[in-house]
Amino acid sequence: MRITELFEKGEFVVTAEVGPPKGVEIDHLIKDAHEFLKTRVHALNVTDNQSSVMRTGSLATCKVLKDEGLLPIFQITCRDRNRIALQSDVLSAALLGIENLLLLTGDYTTLGDHPQAKPVFDLDSVSLIHAVKCLEQGFDLAGNAVDGKPPKFAKGAVVSPCSDSVDVQLAKMEAKVKAGCEYFQTQGVFEPDKFMEFMEKAKQFGVPVQLGLIIPKNVGMCRYMNGNVAGVHVPDDMIEELKADKEKTKAGDTGVEICARLIKECKDYCQGIHIMSLGWENRIPEILDMAGIAPVAK
Amino acid sequence: MLITQLKSKEIIESLAEGKIVIINCHGCKEVYFAEHEADELQKELSASKEITKIITTDYICNPDNLKLQLKKHMDVINAADTILVFSCGVGIQTVADQFQEKRVYSCCDTYQLPGFQGVTALNVDCGQCGECYLNGTGGICPITACSKSLINGQCGGAKNGMCEVDKDMECGWERIYRKLEKMNKLDNMKYDAPKVRNFGISKEK
Repeated sequence: MRITELFEKGEFVVTAEVGPPKGVEIDHLIKDAHEFLKTRVHALNVTDNQSSVMRTGSLATCKVLKDEGLLPIFQITCRDRNRIALQSDVLSAALLGIENLLLLTGDYTTLGDHPQAKPVFDLDSVSLIHAVKCLEQGFDLAGNAVDGKPPKFAKGAVVSPCSDSVDVQLAKMEAKVKAGCEYFQTQGVFEPDKFMEFMEKAKQFGVPVQLGLIIPKNVGMCRYMNGNVAGVHVPDDMIEELKADKEKTKAGDTGVEICARLIKECKDYCQGIHIMSLGWENRIPEILDMAGIAPVAK
Repeated sequence: MLITQLKSKEIIESLAEGKIVIINCHGCKEVYFAEHEADELQKELSASKEITKIITTDYICNPDNLKLQLKKHMDVINAADTILVFSCGVGIQTVADQFQEKRVYSCCDTYQLPGFQGVTALNVDCGQCGECYLNGTGGICPITACSKSLINGQCGGAKNGMCEVDKDMECGWERIYRKLEKMNKLDNMKYDAPKVRNFGISKEK
């Protein structure tokens, strides 16, 4: 199933992110997905060598999750593959029955664990969306016909609502919509006011947007994100809140509460949520319960 | 060595708005410049467009030299709406940087050839991509000013206006956007067909 069908039905679409392991032992990921996510999220994003750290592939992990009865979203970045490999992987996804894509430019190579690697960026997020759309119309990017029935995907992309240059982000968002993007997931949001302001401007594009959430685990993580993670800013009062009750924060409860509160404040302004739990998948059901988001109908 | 090749007459005509000043750069011996063709084209343009001055000079890639060379022409440049530059990609970026609010357009594509490149001290760089993007980007090169050489806009990696790859480097697309804002040309960011680079082009020549 394509998640665009859910948006069309007016569902509040809930997705979460999982990262393939560095290695081929995937039992833990599958177990967590069944235990904490299967009844609570519509679909699972599978990251593509997240933060430029080499891991098992997104497409293979998507296939494993699909065989387990889960709905995967295949994340594809332009960092490691040229247009030939990208289009080939998109067709491979169709062959394996993976129908949901999230198309990204990708972090730069030097941010990861192979800083010596050659950065590719032959295409970027916009031209990758365009390439997928071409394939859906029966042609590759060079204009050659693709044999047989063309594939059909839900084509997603990302945007940073709390970026310090949100106007530049909105211009890119528009380019993505024009290229054929059908839904957006956002970078982690900690400032509801900025998000609402962003949505006020983004609604002109008429494309569903899922609020991106990162569970703030502790003060150190927030300070790190403020200094280093683009588009993410944790306000001082939230950092104070994490500082206030050290035991509660250590147990993860403050972060869970903050996340649930962000959902409640923003949910009327968006068409779904996307949770990047960074290993805290087990806390997702609690966050959703607290925010009043019911289990998904299967 | 670099080769500059003129963009098509149709493209150059479409860029020529209002009062026009043309700058030709014949500086570098390491750059092949289509001098004769440029001359012919400029004569043809004069018939239909309001060209107020044609300046032929050298080493416009050097900002100090550029200032010096243009000093005596400043009145006519200030009155112009558009500056058309016939030079390599570095030259046009230097001119665009000097005239922040003017429409500075490139009339050439710059290709790469093996051998020596120009050795003038530079503030900017030309990727010699052979499909010059400067006319859509306010004279700031997305190939060399963006770490990922993106041509369809900013990635999600800029923080406080700086690049995720090099925290001492400004985000190229942020610079491009601000420049277009100043030029009242933000519509350049709105286009229907995404741009896709042709990596075959510089090898074909």
